[in-house]
Amino acid sequence: MLLIGAEDEEKWLAEGIAGVQHNAFYLHRALDSNNLRDALKYSAQMLSELRTSKLSPQKYYELYMRAFDELRILEMFFKDESKHGVSVVDLYELVQHAGNILPRLYLLCTVGSVYIKSKEAPAKELLQDLVEMCHGVQHPIRGLFLRSYLAQISRDKLIDIGSDYEGDADTVMDAVEFILENFTEMNKLWVRMQLEGPGRVREKREKERSALQELVGKNLHVLSQIEGVDLEIYKETVLPRVLEQVVNCKDDLSQYYLMDCIIQVFPDEYHLQTLEMLLAACPQVQPTVDIKTVLSRLMDRLSKYAASSADVLTEFLQVEAFTKLSNAIEKVIEVQVDMPAVGAITLYVSLLTFTLRVHPDRLDYVDQVLGACVKKLSSIPKLEDSRATKQVVALLSAPLEKYNDTVTALKISNYPRVMDHLDNGTNKVMAMVIIESIMKNNTCISTADKVEVLFELIKGLIKDLDSATDELDEEDFKDEQNSVAKLIHMLYNNEPEEMLKIICIVWKHTMAGGPKRLPFTVPSLVFSALRLVRQLQGQEGDIVGEEVPATPKKIFQLLSQMIEALSAVPSPELALRLYLQCAEAANGCDLEYVAYEFFTQVFVLYEEEIANSKAQVTAIHLIIGALQRMNVFSVENRDTLTHKTTGYSARLLKKPDQCRAVYACSHLFWVDGQDGIRDGERVLLCLKRALRIANAAQQMASIARDSSGPVTLFVEILNKYLYYFEKGNKQITAAAIQHLIELINTEMQGDSATSDAFLASTLRYIQFQKQRGGVMGAKFESIKL
Amino acid sequence: MNYLVGAFKPPCNIFISFTDGRSRKQVPLKKENGKTVMVALFQSQENIVGEVVIEPIHGKKVEHNGVKIELLGQIELYFDRGNFYDFTSLVRELDVPGELYERKTYPFEFSTVEMPYESYNGVNVRLRYILKVTISRNYVSNIVEYQDFVVRNYTPPPSINNSIKMEVGIEDCLHIEFEYSKSKYHLKDVIIGKIYFLLVRIKLKNMELEIRRRESTGSGPNTYVETETLAKFELMDGAPVRGESIPIRLFLSPYELTPTYRNINNKFSVKYYLNLVLVDEEDRRYFKQQEITMYRNLEAS
Repeated sequence: MLLIGAEDEEKWLAEGIAGVQHNAFYLHRALDSNNLRDALKYSAQMLSELRTSKLSPQKYYELYMRAFDELRILEMFFKDESKHGVSVVDLYELVQHAGNILPRLYLLCTVGSVYIKSKEAPAKELLQDLVEMCHGVQHPIRGLFLRSYLAQISRDKLIDIGSDYEGDADTVMDAVEFILENFTEMNKLWVRMQLEGPGRVREKREKERSALQELVGKNLHVLSQIEGVDLEIYKETVLPRVLEQVVNCKDDLSQYYLMDCIIQVFPDEYHLQTLEMLLAACPQVQPTVDIKTVLSRLMDRLSKYAASSADVLTEFLQVEAFTKLSNAIEKVIEVQVDMPAVGAITLYVSLLTFTLRVHPDRLDYVDQVLGACVKKLSSIPKLEDSRATKQVVALLSAPLEKYNDTVTALKISNYPRVMDHLDNGTNKVMAMVIIESIMKNNTCISTADKVEVLFELIKGLIKDLDSATDELDEEDFKDEQNSVAKLIHMLYNNEPEEMLKIICIVWKHTMAGGPKRLPFTVPSLVFSALRLVRQLQGQEGDIVGEEVPATPKKIFQLLSQMIEALSAVPSPELALRLYLQCAEAANGCDLEYVAYEFFTQVFVLYEEEIANSKAQVTAIHLIIGALQRMNVFSVENRDTLTHKTTGYSARLLKKPDQCRAVYACSHLFWVDGQDGIRDGERVLLCLKRALRIANAAQQMASIARDSSGPVTLFVEILNKYLYYFEKGNKQITAAAIQHLIELINTEMQGDSATSDAFLASTLRYIQFQKQRGGVMGAKFESIKL
Repeated sequence: MNYLVGAFKPPCNIFISFTDGRSRKQVPLKKENGKTVMVALFQSQENIVGEVVIEPIHGKKVEHNGVKIELLGQIELYFDRGNFYDFTSLVRELDVPGELYERKTYPFEFSTVEMPYESYNGVNVRLRYILKVTISRNYVSNIVEYQDFVVRNYTPPPSINNSIKMEVGIEDCLHIEFEYSKSKYHLKDVIIGKIYFLLVRIKLKNMELEIRRRESTGSGPNTYVETETLAKFELMDGAPVRGESIPIRLFLSPYELTPTYRNINNKFSVKYYLNLVLVDEEDRRYFKQQEITMYRNLEAS
């Protein structure tokens, strides 16, 4: 038997089919003329075609089906005694005269089924006889098909017998016994197929065998269809026998298929009640069997069953399903030494899924599962297998998804321990999953303890782990850090004291993050702290005595530390903005020296760190904006700060920038509001200075480009003039405005071609104010356009 | 033509019939010319009663020296063809010498005839029973007519009927244990048994059970042994594994068997054997032969 070409096989099949058809023709003739002798002769000849060894299972099946159809016709003939005149008892003997075993047994089965139906002999004996006689065919494929024929032809009778309670329970048992026996033998044959033929066709053989698995599984299916098979029979007879066969056959394909088959065909309720037995078989299968898939499917089915109705849940508790499953898994992992880590973890994932579905209230179970997983993980080197890590992620994600509330997951003590076993990349992925879960569910983490745990969990994101050498994708890193920043906002407690604790903890963790992370995390934290400050400020009346731990002062100290850390990064621009925010907050809390201190820091930063001219411009405008709103400062302090600011403004690099900064500074001396500073003179001074700078800029432009530049700066200054004019700054007179307009017009003559839209609308505004009449109109009257 | 044939035809017709011929069981008997005819069946100690009718051909007279009927039990060995050995010979005189002009009927009776042996038609030997009517004549040859009949003797079921059980094998290759439920079978019996494989190291293809008949004739140096395989019954298809047990159920009724004959009149024996044959993939045959005793019991046949 060498490798057989498909072509030859086709030919052999064709020959076989031709043989069947040829004999079937004569068989039909014999049946039509009620000639039993010929019918037996030609049917035996026809069945002899099935004796071939040349066909693969698929082809053999084709041939078998042809013969099968003919046998159905023959069976009808046998049933009708009036046609052949021979009693079924005699017929049963008659067919056994055939010399060749295969045709003989096919015919015997055919008559046997008629015999059973006739009830002329006890079904039990007949069934036993048939199943026993089939021992004669030891050839795996032929035997399998023969027994499959037996199963097929007796199926409806068995289901009848098994479901009819006309006799006693014994009848059911007879049917069960028969099927079990047939099943056992079929499985043996099926397993034996593997051993046939040379080793090199093993793979092909395995494929062929898979094609036949349903023949074997069919028996279990029939068993499940017999109504009489109740839990008792299933528990006492069916399952032990099937499992015995599964374990003893020592064939991985068979074991896998059959375990799966058991789980799929029998009712969940039975599984639940026989869990111990079923699970006990799992560690006994061959180490190569993919038992994890089997167990996963079992748990999947059980958890669906549990979900089906609330009543069954008590059953689960009664049989201690979780404990049993958990023990079984442990044993399987222990026994299957070669099982890759991914397998073990997959099992834990399944168990966890089961636990979450069936016992959502039992966090301790979840913890137990994770604990077991930790144990397994700690016994192996760090995970390299990407599939394994994927499974761990799945394992850790499951509780998050289930509870919709990350806080619950934080209570699980083994959770972080599992995470410890992940590589850095996966650890980060997992941390992201946790954060996403929090964000999605809008979970508020409200106690310091939880925050501590949480940050322990996501430490992969918070700081560089030992081997920080791995290359980082900039995008990913940003995403991660942004997530952390978002997360910080989710940490909130209404109780200031606790909130402060939270902030301290977060700071403690983020501080370790290093220069790359701080720019992302610190702003969040700062704003989180500032929110607390505002809260305290709101309930200021309550703060009494020195005992209170959460005072704005303390927080500001902390803030100052945080921002200082940032400037060390260095990220001076960010630090500067944050200082300004703090200063404003301090302003709100009426803490002058604190605010002053912050401003000092701002200026230090500005002087020492911010060298980029563009950054300087931005910084100056920010400083001006912040400073303008400050009202806690004493005149002296304010003077110092404003003086400093105007000084910096005038020293900017580009003239236009200088100009703009300087006229912005004018606002520092004119604050709206009741007790705002209104120093008209210094406003004017600023504006005049701005004008001078604008002039200089204009000149520089004309020298450089041989044409006067745009008049934008002038128009901007004109707008400032108009603003203060309207606000009632006595130093700003209509004449001055008139003068400025003329100046602009003169400048404009240089290049008449361009008309400035800004100027035009400014002039239109003046026109509008003039016409408006009233006080404002009168004021503007004197300006002539 | 017709009258020519008529010239050599015997001058009379002789008919031999049994009184209970109509009710008596008829069994097929194969004649020398290959034709099968149905003949009456008797057993030992039966009365053989009937009549002989002699009917002279129209218008002829038959002169004779007497008419007699003989009952003969003969053994014919084919290597010694033509030489019959009569182990039983009984004579009844039917008529004194005289002439026959017309149809005449002679009743005859052999009472409680001892017929210890059964009719048998073998390869090298034949045992038969005949009624022989002789009309003795002067100067011309006697007119003789034969009537075959068959004798079958029934034996009660044996009181001791042990099973055949045996373990056989080839060292380190094949060990089997087989069991046939009985050692003695009647002709319509069923052989029940099983073969248990204790060790299988060779690749078997199939296994069959043969029924073999061994007929030995003659004695001493002139012994002829002829073995026929009467049945080939496939028991197993494919290769079994260790621990497998294969059932045997062989119905004997389809086969033309006789009882076992042991040393019939010192002339011949017929013995039956069950031969278990295992065939491996290279078509090598391994076999083990066991004698079984066949007997004829009354109810079944």
